[in-house]
Amino acid sequence: MSKTGPTLFVVGASHHTTPLEWRERLSVGPDKMPALQSQFAALSGLLEFTILNTCNRIEIYGVAADADAIDCLQTTFCAAQEIARAEFAKVQIKRHGPDTIRHLIAVASGLDSQLVGENAIFGQVKDAYAAAQATSTVGPVLNRLFQKAFQAAKHVRTHTAISEGQVSIANVAVDLALTIFGDLSSARVLLIGAGEIGEQSAKAFRSRGAHAITVSSRTAAHAMELASTLDASAIPFEKVQSHLADFDIVACATAAPGAIFSAAIFAQAMKSRPASPMFLIDLALPRDIEPSTAELENVYLYNLDDLAKISEQNRSARLSEVEKAKIIIQERTERLWQNIQNQVPGSGID
Amino acid sequence: MTDRNWLWIAAACYLAGFVLATIAMLRDHKHSRGRMYSIVAAGFALQTVGLYLRGLEVKGCPLGNTFELFQFTAWSATSLYLVVGATFRLSLLGYFTSLMAAALTTLSLAIPAWDATRRVGVFGGNTWIEFHAALALFSYGVFGLLALTSIMFLLRNYSLKHKQLSGAFAFLPSIRDLDQIGLRLLVVGVVLLAASLAVGGVYWVEATDTVNISKLLMTIGIGVAYSLALLFRARGILFGTRLSWVCIILFIVALLSLYPVNTSRPDLPVGSESTTPNP
Repeated sequence: MSKTGPTLFVVGASHHTTPLEWRERLSVGPDKMPALQSQFAALSGLLEFTILNTCNRIEIYGVAADADAIDCLQTTFCAAQEIARAEFAKVQIKRHGPDTIRHLIAVASGLDSQLVGENAIFGQVKDAYAAAQATSTVGPVLNRLFQKAFQAAKHVRTHTAISEGQVSIANVAVDLALTIFGDLSSARVLLIGAGEIGEQSAKAFRSRGAHAITVSSRTAAHAMELASTLDASAIPFEKVQSHLADFDIVACATAAPGAIFSAAIFAQAMKSRPASPMFLIDLALPRDIEPSTAELENVYLYNLDDLAKISEQNRSARLSEVEKAKIIIQERTERLWQNIQNQVPGSGID
Repeated sequence: MTDRNWLWIAAACYLAGFVLATIAMLRDHKHSRGRMYSIVAAGFALQTVGLYLRGLEVKGCPLGNTFELFQFTAWSATSLYLVVGATFRLSLLGYFTSLMAAALTTLSLAIPAWDATRRVGVFGGNTWIEFHAALALFSYGVFGLLALTSIMFLLRNYSLKHKQLSGAFAFLPSIRDLDQIGLRLLVVGVVLLAASLAVGGVYWVEATDTVNISKLLMTIGIGVAYSLALLFRARGILFGTRLSWVCIILFIVALLSLYPVNTSRPDLPVGSESTTPNP
């Protein structure tokens, strides 16, 4: 790393380096995000930054005046998440210069995702960039980087077949439901959490024949809104526990800071339907359902990592497309690196 | 060709179905339900010819020795599969049926002692006793198919609990389908066995000394055990993996019970005909 000019970098951790339990600790809750952004903004050597915070990664893209600024940023992040620096060092990813560009394009195009080729990550990167624009933490370098990275990611998706087939968590979950229930026409689906993943899951279930879909959310208005969109019914969050036994499939995707359903709650629900299987899909991070629930008879619990592994089993068909995508990303990275070095006024970046 | 020749060809047919399907799944990751159904149907047709010829020879339903009892049980399970498999389109059920049919028929053919004594007219011309025996054996065929769906249930449950859904596991039916078909088979088996015991009971009341008591207790015990399994399933006490294990173990016990049931009958010289029924 050069010590003469600003440095383009990314630091963080992803599913490649951390298991689900670790990502739960690293994940920044929506309530904590503004405070973390303020802390980063206050770091004197940090010229620009964007925080990408998803279920599978926490990454901070930035431009730092010197190496000390990057070091300070990591210390600040670890303090905010109550993690020892030494522990974080074991799982962190760290890229500089053109490697940062290559990494961002790979992330935005879905090449670095747990489910290679999945589409949701593109929107998540856009949201992260939009949030950084709204708080004015991006400048000429990151603006150029993200805008060009979006173009490159679209190019990768258009000119390769990495996004073909069932490459969303929601579709994998629906396929799995079919191996449990055979067909979904009579399956009763409960969706807890009215966010984007929840909505995708509900649409996927609907498209595969599920008719009885019920939505619940800790914010009742959100549940009502999504239920209206999906032509589904809504149930108050406080009543979910007492109605769990009525559902065959329960998909949880809330932003709760910890588990909201214990194994005991499901054990109680199964007492009134012991011979009927129940499929639990935990799409949340941190997880909504206590892991020991999986040990219950006739209960099948799958979390994000489980679904990603199942998708991975079908990945071989797309491997040749991944190689094509890598070639495109390399070409775009070289071009953009030259572009940033030459055309961003006064960046002097390394 | 003799009856045993036909039955050997039928056994080879079942075995070929099992081997071909195994190769297709392991090598090509494919499973053709239609091809499996056709092979089992061909084996069933060949076995029917063999059993028909044997029936002509023994002048009645061929249930006179251990060989015939095993053959008839395999034939019953296969005939039921041909109905159930076509109706419920359960993937891999044909595969497991061909395995069971191949095992039962080959084993019975490979042990000459099981077919050393051929009893002619074992039911003494009493069609009700013949009906009782055939019905009981047919119910064992149903329980055989139930044991197969139970094995499939256990495999599917294992694959779902351990998140292993690729390879051969991908061909298994859904766990709810397996549970539903298992329940129906249990109901059908219990009803058939109960009807068989009822028919046999009428005869037994009239001639208690002609029925071996150990055979009677064994058959009633199996009937009671399956009935209890059904009762507990209906009440939500016994279900899922535990019910599957119970169905598998009960079928093994039922198969083992065929030997004492058969040996409880008096031996007759080959070619001689019984004048009193030996149910």
